[in-house]
Amino acid sequence: MELKDLLAVVAAGALVTGCAATAAETETASASASSSSKGSAGPAFPSTYKAYASDNIVITGATIFDGEGQRFDNGVIFMSAGKIVSVGGPDTVIPTDSTIIDGTGKYVTPGIIDVHSHLGDYPTPSVAAHSDGNEATSPVTPEVWAEHSVWPQDPGFSRAMANGGITSLQILPGSANLFGGRSVTLKNVPARTVQAMKFLGAPYGMKMACGENPKRVYGGRNRKPSTRMGSLSLTRQTWINAQEYQKKRKGAKPPKRDLAMETLAGVLDGDILVHNHCYRADELNQIIDMSKEFGYKVTAFHHAVESYKIADILAKEEICSAIWADWWGFKMEAYDAIPENAALLQQAGACVIIHSDDENQIQRLNQEASKALADGRAMGIEITDAQAIQWITYNPAKAMGIADQTGSLKPGKMADVVLWNDNPLSVYSRPEKVWIDGAMLFDANDASRRPVSDFELGQPGEGDVK
Amino acid sequence: MKRFVTTFVSTLALMAVPAAAETIAITGGKVVVGDGSAPMDGATVVIRDGRVVAAGTNVAVPADARRIDASGKWVTPGVFAGFSRIGLVEVGAVRSTNDTNAADSVFSAALDVQYAVNPFAAPVAVNRAAGVTRAVVSPSTGKSIFGGYGAIVDLGEDSNPITKAKAFQFVELGETGHRRAGGSRAAAHILFRAMLNEARTYSRNPSLFDSDLMKASDAKALLPVINGSTRLLVHVESANDILKVLDLRKDFPSLKLVLVGANEGWRVANEIAAAKVPVLASALSDLPYSFEDLSATQSNIGRMKQAGVNVAIGMINDRDAHQLRYSMQYAGNLVALNKVPRATGLSWDEAFAAISSKPAEIMGMGDQLGSLKAGRKGDVVIWTGDPLELSTQVESVFIDGVEQSLSNRQERLRERYRNPTPGALPKAYDR
Repeated sequence: MELKDLLAVVAAGALVTGCAATAAETETASASASSSSKGSAGPAFPSTYKAYASDNIVITGATIFDGEGQRFDNGVIFMSAGKIVSVGGPDTVIPTDSTIIDGTGKYVTPGIIDVHSHLGDYPTPSVAAHSDGNEATSPVTPEVWAEHSVWPQDPGFSRAMANGGITSLQILPGSANLFGGRSVTLKNVPARTVQAMKFLGAPYGMKMACGENPKRVYGGRNRKPSTRMGSLSLTRQTWINAQEYQKKRKGAKPPKRDLAMETLAGVLDGDILVHNHCYRADELNQIIDMSKEFGYKVTAFHHAVESYKIADILAKEEICSAIWADWWGFKMEAYDAIPENAALLQQAGACVIIHSDDENQIQRLNQEASKALADGRAMGIEITDAQAIQWITYNPAKAMGIADQTGSLKPGKMADVVLWNDNPLSVYSRPEKVWIDGAMLFDANDASRRPVSDFELGQPGEGDVK
Repeated sequence: MKRFVTTFVSTLALMAVPAAAETIAITGGKVVVGDGSAPMDGATVVIRDGRVVAAGTNVAVPADARRIDASGKWVTPGVFAGFSRIGLVEVGAVRSTNDTNAADSVFSAALDVQYAVNPFAAPVAVNRAAGVTRAVVSPSTGKSIFGGYGAIVDLGEDSNPITKAKAFQFVELGETGHRRAGGSRAAAHILFRAMLNEARTYSRNPSLFDSDLMKASDAKALLPVINGSTRLLVHVESANDILKVLDLRKDFPSLKLVLVGANEGWRVANEIAAAKVPVLASALSDLPYSFEDLSATQSNIGRMKQAGVNVAIGMINDRDAHQLRYSMQYAGNLVALNKVPRATGLSWDEAFAAISSKPAEIMGMGDQLGSLKAGRKGDVVIWTGDPLELSTQVESVFIDGVEQSLSNRQERLRERYRNPTPGALPKAYDR
């Protein structure tokens, strides 16, 4: 239960987990084809995910939060063939030949989505042999892909589903590097291979980092960057190189394939979304100016504990803040974090996402959103319950480029749905059932609908409620 | 989590000397005594001279009491954090502000947190405002298996945080102990035994003491552990490590053991109960963080409780210097388990006791702290609702009968940036 981000440095003088950094074996991306290289056989490492069998399901009498700010009391939701068919109030037509679930006293939300997870690339057990999240051998590694580090047997995936109702999540490289590499978006479905978890059609993301981590990791080795200005110079120079590559790639004689440059050019072309780890308000603003210098867009600032200081700017720039409800004080750049960050952003009209970066809090993003909501209300900011649910459903989906497919309960979207046994904004609530593409993959009432990873098979506590 | 009502307090007020203890009657609230009994509606709590005089429905209000109407509110003992590093850390990664351990010190068991706990640290004010009033403060370990003396502290705004110094000794005997001792559990256990035996040698003739394992000060610090006058808090997680700790009393029969962490405690709950060893357990650990945590489950505390183990919630290595305000959320989650088939949680009353009277009792201070029974220190919190619920806010906090300021720098930052756009002058003038 160590802080993913940094605490290890305190105790050990060496960083071992999460957004911190440690030496990791070099992953050689052996792509024979790339999604961004024209004339190839198709996308590299294509998704092989297929939805599992689903029934026609109707839930009646539940309180429904649709993920886009709407609430239906005594609501009805109908799912069929893995899709949402209809959502509405008590007068919604209930189709025949469906399994009807009485949701009286219960709540329905879209599947919860975590925009910032290290499940699989920093899995449990968090032994050194599993430390695969930071290619901390160079501060510039846009060529690495998080999916080549993800261990599908991480027991954390099943906890995220059973306790947190997580149905989709973005796995990011860590924050040791200025350019950490590509992210991968997964459906939270147990699988033998990462490809069988990959969210079909999700755009790639690229992890970037500013602030303390890169300068600590490399400055400690007497390498660049050892300062924030060093970080910015190296980052800008890399973008200059990427612009040249992008230009050549569009020319008559395309350059030799280069994995790093393919990712960066993908960002400049608008195909790959930038997820930028950055804490301090002044640095967020520097990154915004850098993105304008090179003509790319920052989709979301992650861990942006000081977003509230520039909420007006973030609203204007339409950049999401992916944040914790109340983490603070674990390092200098997290010292000014306040629990009202989310509410102040919402008040300013900026995009709020509650994220985890943690194998524990991914199990209760609903509770984290609830705390952030309560802290906002306590200072007089009016936010509805349904808006707080949007922080952990539609808004992360939007930042991951999958909002047209999931993240809210709109007809035609994937039937990624959680039935909660109580209000998900209450501490006394837990998921009762979780559907992914209409397939019921968790049922608290049925021990056989609780996934058990290979790692936990035959171990003490196998199949326990956890 | 639990926030305070908006108050504007000047920097001067922050520096002010806290008010003296007064006679206070908090009337009409839903009162939770904290001893595991059910809440009482419309009850009164009377505090005088820094102590609870009475809490109940038939309590007379003294004529000289300041009356506080708590109708529609909840009134509870302050939250007692069963295991923490509060006051030892300002900024975790800023080493000069982090006093949890001293890997470069020549001392181990003799290190004493009472000299390091900083009552003016920002985390103390933040967690006080959230309703946490007392805490177990433990060192972590440097290069020895022993971390040193821990203390019981209050989170009051006054300058003396120490309720009980040298309240316990802390030792690592699980995976961390393996590492500290040089690379195996065998090494950890022989080191433990050797240090205690050499401490006995020290007690026979202090002037001749000469040990490769420790300084005389460390030996002296271990004597009250050996004779059981000081508790020994032992961090272990795995079922087997727990059993090996219980076995230590074969060689050292007077040890007053308390287990910390104990993620696999449920698997050996009967043995822990039979040994009458209490546990300060992590509430929501449910992943195999390491091989010592293979069977971790959120049902751990509930199952140990059912087996008769004396158990409270602690937060070892879990944001334990900054986020004691998670205590209420954690307790609430254990209540939530009651609705999950095959899971074992705690009743609401038990859950609140696990963050109030239970840790106080386990630390031997149940007659002084952790509940609203007559004679206990006047640590009282008034909440807007159910203190375990996420939407609930803190209205007032009393420590030793003194009403506390709820102001802190998070609140000040919030107010400065309520409107982020600078006005006629820069934000730096806005306070």
